[in-house]
Amino acid sequence: MNKLFFDKVIGDPLNRVDGRMKVTGAAKYSAEYQLPNLVHAVVVPSTITKGRIKSVDSKAALRSPGVLAVISHENAIKVPGNADNEHPTEPPTGGQPLRAFYNNKVYFNGQPIAIVIADTLERAQYAAGLVKFEYDQDKHVTDFELNKGKGVLPEKAKKDPKSSLADYDRGVVDAYKTAAVTVEAEYIHPTEVHNPMELQAITAYWETDDKLTVYDKVQGTKPTQQAFAKEWNLPVQNVKVISEFVGGAFGNGLHNWPHETAAIIAAKMVKRPVKLMLRREHMFYMVGYRPYTWQQIGMGASADGKITGISHIAIGQTSTYEEFTESTVQQTKMMYASPNVSTRYRILPLDVSTPIWMRGPGEATGAFALECAMDELAFALNMDPIQFRLANYTDEDPEKKLPWSTKYLKECLEVGAEKIGWSKRSMKPGGLRAGEWLVGYGMGVGTFGAHRGAAAVRGRLLANGTIIFQSAVTDIGPGTGTAMVQIASEHIGIAPDKITFQLGNSDFPQAPNQGGSATVATVGSAVVATCNAIKEKLLTMAPTAEKRFANAKMEEILFDNGQMSLLKSPSIKVSYTNILKKNSLTEIDIIQDAKPDDESNKYSKYSFSVHFVQVHVHPTTGQVKVNKVVTCADAGKIVNKKTAGNQLIGGVTGGIGMALMEDAIIDHRFGRYITKDFADYHVPVHADVPQIEVYFVDKPDYIVDPMGTKGLGEIAIIGVAPAVANAVFNATGKRIRQLPITPDKLI
Amino acid sequence: MNQFQYSRVTHSNAAVSAVSKEKAAMFIAGGTNLIDLMKRGIVNPTRLVDINRVPLNEIKTEGNSLIIGALALNGPVAESKLVTEKFPLLAQALNAGASAQIRNMATIGGNMLQRTRCPYFYDTTMPCNKREPGTGCGALEGFNRMHAIFGFSDQCIAVHPSDMSVALAALDASVLVIGPKGERRIPFTDFHRLPGDKPQIDTNLQAGELITSVTIPDNGFNKNVHYLKVRDRTSYAFALVSVAAALQIEKNTIRDARLAMGGVAHKPWRLTEAEKFLIGKPVSEASFSEAAKIAMQGAKAFKYNTYKLTLAPNSIVQALKVAAKLV
Ligand SMILES: Cc1cc2nc3c(=O)[nH]c(=O)nc-3n(C[C@H](O)[C@H](O)[C@H](O)COP(=O)(O)OP(=O)(O)OC[C@H]3O[C@@H](n4cnc5c(N)ncnc54)[C@H](O)[C@@H]3O)c2cc1C
Repeated sequence: MNKLFFDKVIGDPLNRVDGRMKVTGAAKYSAEYQLPNLVHAVVVPSTITKGRIKSVDSKAALRSPGVLAVISHENAIKVPGNADNEHPTEPPTGGQPLRAFYNNKVYFNGQPIAIVIADTLERAQYAAGLVKFEYDQDKHVTDFELNKGKGVLPEKAKKDPKSSLADYDRGVVDAYKTAAVTVEAEYIHPTEVHNPMELQAITAYWETDDKLTVYDKVQGTKPTQQAFAKEWNLPVQNVKVISEFVGGAFGNGLHNWPHETAAIIAAKMVKRPVKLMLRREHMFYMVGYRPYTWQQIGMGASADGKITGISHIAIGQTSTYEEFTESTVQQTKMMYASPNVSTRYRILPLDVSTPIWMRGPGEATGAFALECAMDELAFALNMDPIQFRLANYTDEDPEKKLPWSTKYLKECLEVGAEKIGWSKRSMKPGGLRAGEWLVGYGMGVGTFGAHRGAAAVRGRLLANGTIIFQSAVTDIGPGTGTAMVQIASEHIGIAPDKITFQLGNSDFPQAPNQGGSATVATVGSAVVATCNAIKEKLLTMAPTAEKRFANAKMEEILFDNGQMSLLKSPSIKVSYTNILKKNSLTEIDIIQDAKPDDESNKYSKYSFSVHFVQVHVHPTTGQVKVNKVVTCADAGKIVNKKTAGNQLIGGVTGGIGMALMEDAIIDHRFGRYITKDFADYHVPVHADVPQIEVYFVDKPDYIVDPMGTKGLGEIAIIGVAPAVANAVFNATGKRIRQLPITPDKLI
Repeated sequence: MNQFQYSRVTHSNAAVSAVSKEKAAMFIAGGTNLIDLMKRGIVNPTRLVDINRVPLNEIKTEGNSLIIGALALNGPVAESKLVTEKFPLLAQALNAGASAQIRNMATIGGNMLQRTRCPYFYDTTMPCNKREPGTGCGALEGFNRMHAIFGFSDQCIAVHPSDMSVALAALDASVLVIGPKGERRIPFTDFHRLPGDKPQIDTNLQAGELITSVTIPDNGFNKNVHYLKVRDRTSYAFALVSVAAALQIEKNTIRDARLAMGGVAHKPWRLTEAEKFLIGKPVSEASFSEAAKIAMQGAKAFKYNTYKLTLAPNSIVQALKVAAKLV
């Protein structure tokens, strides 16, 4: 065994470090903290879509057993940060987030307009049904299709023409129109609602009048701490946010929502810890969603398959009070080598709640249009869709005119095509059958920025040779703790089972939201920096324990298995515990931060994925079965093949839901969702999810970060829906441009 | 959910008298539908009479008929040999419903009496004549993709969601009930009713009546049967359209046929005219298409369910083809 120890750690399919806790119930989620004197809250949603609350009748609720308070705009204490009509919290979106119980205005159906507090959940729930409201109703507008002509340029783009949301033109506008072969098509993506397994929950506790602790389901403990400190006019250190386990978030925890503030107001008013967990139905309008988006693509190519122009217009829904924007047209700007590209992005404010990012935000919606249009154009050219993409492959970013940090998309295309059996695909739609079922093959490409932010990590090497790391970062499910242990193990030379990675607490060092597939790169880099700092420290102290390290330099030393040894004479070694002992230290405690350097800005950094799908479609009943999926990802070095594979499978499953079933429908007469439970809003069940094979290129990208990783979470879903839609076309000759592809659309 | 009283009974008679005494008392069996409806404030019983300990869960044959107790559970019934061997259509229909967990709670009696899944019925802020007579039908001009194409009224266009009931309607089943006035037997096709101007009433069950069993006469439909359920996902979704098809075939000629559809009407929709047509016809796609055409006579669609005018006949043909082993 001449391999270095750490070589076995990164890339190793190490089991989740918290897996046992999760499956035995020992892991505590935000609604599971039993604080002394805890009381329970239930929010009451508005049943009108727009208008004013004339009066709140809480008499019956207050008389109901166990009820401590009914809080609405009529009696809520003032939130100090709300003074002067200023933004109470810095919204991660533009505009003004909804302030809980700020005034009597109703902006959308299902808006939380009161909160009932009682000694038990059942009593709170019962009383919540007794609160009655009188409204002055205004006419509402929720119908996107009727109003899409009213889409506007986002404020951010108006203020900053260089913003990625601004109109983009490369070359000649609408050059596609004069191409030899052209396609023009409209695509509709319906509203898709955040429905992770864990419902949104918060337990709020005022330790003293100016010290707040929240156990809150969020994606960032530090951003939440900042937001609530600002909202309540408190010094940041007086707010503590704990989010140790998150049962899936996918973006809905990137924003602090009115129900969270409502629970904090309630805790302050009843002077007891308050626990609030949303109901499944509330998830449809209280915690954001992937917005309804209409898109139009015009694309043209020369007869030999070179794209000459792409025009892409996208209009996404937002609320009337907050400007939610996403990067729907980004992939169009950089994916293909077209000399002429124009994109226009607009938002349409409606009387609905504010959308929020959802896995693969923007790109997943945009890729549905772009990758379907690519398929349509390939078909019009009578060209194989893979060949068509290779003919328009780019070796540098055509938008930024920068070299890629790394790009192994060709490898992904090659491997995926082979594994799905692309050679069996018929160029002619409807050309393949399995029994009576039509068989089709389709593919879609996904991309997402390989982002990295700044973070700090604390490391404490203890006298017994174990090490504890701390970061405020959350783990929304991908296995962040596990990946960090592996990275730490490689860089500090301590076995994974002697490493603890603590997270999800705002008392720990700075980390941004977990989101945008940036966590491994961001926090992992800080873990490496901390490990390096500890190693430096060990090196300076080593001679006290072993004289022969006196003149040793860093690069001459192997840190492995809890000890340092000289690379040249491995018999000269000393253990970390011995170094601490001989230096009379009980621990080494270091906080180190890390951020991307300027050098990396000389490159364009993206992760890539390709999804290959084989579907079976029943010719007369329109049923679609996704029969096989092969996904290949270029996400840099893979830290843990097991958790990474898990991420891809989860993302593909989400993509199947997007393609075939998810559809949050509003009855515009009422402005209210029609499909708002799991019986009507369908997500894939096991029977809908086939064998999903995942492959990684697994080549490091050291421009992004010292581990060589690139983000993975988003590209898992981006490109899946068009792959399914393209496969359905290949099977049936029917081009379904409005998701989801349900049986009624295929008969 | 409103406050309610709870009592448990161990005899049919006690059950009937407990429910008859109180206007808003209701039986509770598996509770998989009733509890949901109570939580949403759609039904508000003052008392629940728990019948789970009434000994009504036997599955047995009498003569050549199959008798299933009202409290037999959907899962075990679908797995019972008596059912899978002689009435596989019923087993298929049961297995097409809900999820394994729910089937292990749900009873045969409760299944028949499950309420519609119309979203307007389920949302107490919206109009619904079935839930609150006189408020109007939200679905009529609303989102009616899941709704009826047969037998609806301007008061209600909801569909009955039960899969099992479609098979029972096809198989000439009858329901034995006991009430304050004694026992009576209701042919299954008369058990559920059309909405007319009283959409709040789903069935012809009288106040206080308890279902005790279902009988399926021996009919020889055990070889060529198929329950086809077309839905938005592969499992755990209600039918867009479903078809229960049963054939008796002799030398490539159809000797007898049973056909019923789900997801198209306020009750399981038996297709007797199409059945009659099929008798004596050769086993062929042409026969099945003609039968489907007959079955669809009188169908009328709304804004969002016009696809059912195509999906329903396609599904009839497909179910018959599978039953006849043409595919
Ligand atoms: C998520 C979900 C998905 C589902 N999907 C499907 C599906 O795809 N297909 C399908 O067919 N069904 C489906 N169901 C419905 C399910 O089949 C029914 O909920 C179940 O069969 C009801 O049986 P139960 O014993 O639980 O009835 P309960 O809920 O106990 O009772 C239902 C009604 O019947 C009355 N009742 C019960 N027993 C008797 C009796 N012996 N005599 C008189 N009255 C009685 C009760 O008073 C009540 O009004 C689904 C349910 C859920 C929750």
